[in-house]
Amino acid sequence: MSATASGLARVSRFYEAPIGKKVVMAVTGLIMVGFVLGHMTGNLQIYLPVGEDGVYPIDKYGALLHASEELLWGARLFLLASIGLHIWSAIQLASAANSARPVRYVKQNNLNSSYASRTMYWSGPIVGLFIVYHLLHFTTGTVHPDFKHLSVHDNVVKGFSVWYASAFYIVAMILLCLHLYHGVWSMFQSLGLNHPRYTPRLQFGAKAFAFLIAAGNISIPVAVLTGLVK
Amino acid sequence: MSSMKITLNIWRQTSPSDAGKMVKYELDKVSEHMSFLEMLDVLNEQLIGKGEVPVSFDHDCREGICGSCGFVINGVPHGPRRGTTVCQLHMREFKNGDELFLEPWRASAFPVIKDLVVNRNAFDRIIQAGGFVSIPTGSAPDGNAIPVPKKDSDRAMSAATCIGCGACVAACPNASASLFTSAKVSHLGLLPQGQPERYDRAVKMVNQAKEEGFGGCTNIGLCEAVCPKSISLENIARMNRDFTLGAWTYREATTEGGGA
Repeated sequence: MSATASGLARVSRFYEAPIGKKVVMAVTGLIMVGFVLGHMTGNLQIYLPVGEDGVYPIDKYGALLHASEELLWGARLFLLASIGLHIWSAIQLASAANSARPVRYVKQNNLNSSYASRTMYWSGPIVGLFIVYHLLHFTTGTVHPDFKHLSVHDNVVKGFSVWYASAFYIVAMILLCLHLYHGVWSMFQSLGLNHPRYTPRLQFGAKAFAFLIAAGNISIPVAVLTGLVK
Repeated sequence: MSSMKITLNIWRQTSPSDAGKMVKYELDKVSEHMSFLEMLDVLNEQLIGKGEVPVSFDHDCREGICGSCGFVINGVPHGPRRGTTVCQLHMREFKNGDELFLEPWRASAFPVIKDLVVNRNAFDRIIQAGGFVSIPTGSAPDGNAIPVPKKDSDRAMSAATCIGCGACVAACPNASASLFTSAKVSHLGLLPQGQPERYDRAVKMVNQAKEEGFGGCTNIGLCEAVCPKSISLENIARMNRDFTLGAWTYREATTEGGGA
């Protein structure tokens, strides 16, 4: 008899429990939080003025990210796998929660719980749909009025000049803010990190992070629509 | 002494298979000094007098320590007063003319037996799965033979105040038993006597909770808010930690090498 279970049995035993699924959600969530932060700081280069060579800094940044197709696709597949696992775990947890309470209460009272924490199953899917739209808009250019590969600055200005596209971006970022408001703290709790000294700071940090991400991202379509960036 | 008029909408269900419905009752001359259950006793006396079936609800000690009582009042398990079981809730928390909705704990793992009474055997099976320590019987060990750090014992005792009433499950939008299970995992896992089975215990109890049909935890915190013993969410983090370590470091029992 082997003294250790096979790796696969171990993974499945872990994942079968709700805590295993929550750990998967926390780790994949952390990966995406890292991406969201990097993505926003990269995008804020839209505010840098055109260089002496007549090229926008954000266009150079775009070319840099495309310098190695292998690395680019490696990163893309890693993020896609994270999103896939995040969504798959969420669907299974939501379905378990649904069957755990077949009869609803006549009266509902949410006490001190946050709106964000109770609406994760709504903010998540909408942000997911937004990501699809966002990729079709600025990565493939399928739904963009005048898309040119790697001319980032022009694509952003033309893309956000369409007011309803900008409006959808702003709504999606508000929902992302809600999702992060709860999620960024929640992932630490799921991983078992809770301490009376650090948890209140983490919760505050999560809220601040969520607002900063949303504010930074929303500023771009607003800047285009108001003519600040052209 | 002020006397109140209270309108009650109570979930009436004759048996587990009955569909059940909310029924409205008007109650006059409710004293603010009555406990909530005494108010229901008065209602039941009136129902019996009229030849109707009294409202069934669980209760035993009426001192807030046995864990028998509990139902949902206006969407809040054990009612509006924090850190209190429904038997220790008094009518002074309400005012004349209030309309209250009384519902049983709602969870597929807690089937309704009758009216406000639910079957909480699922909790017993979670305890059976790992909520114990295996110690050799025989003569009692010397007092203070096992040193326990004061801070650990304080936290273990805080977790041990869980009376297993089920309010955490009732409040949770996922009908998760995480706060209950984590209180039991922590109260044993924090003490030296609980170390030998610490990780196995977390894995077995968590898996049993899942088998019973409770949902997963999404860290909303309503359980902590309604818990009559104010058990902390910190216990759930501890359970998550012990479960994760336990699941990944698990090894089958072996007879190779060692053993007699």
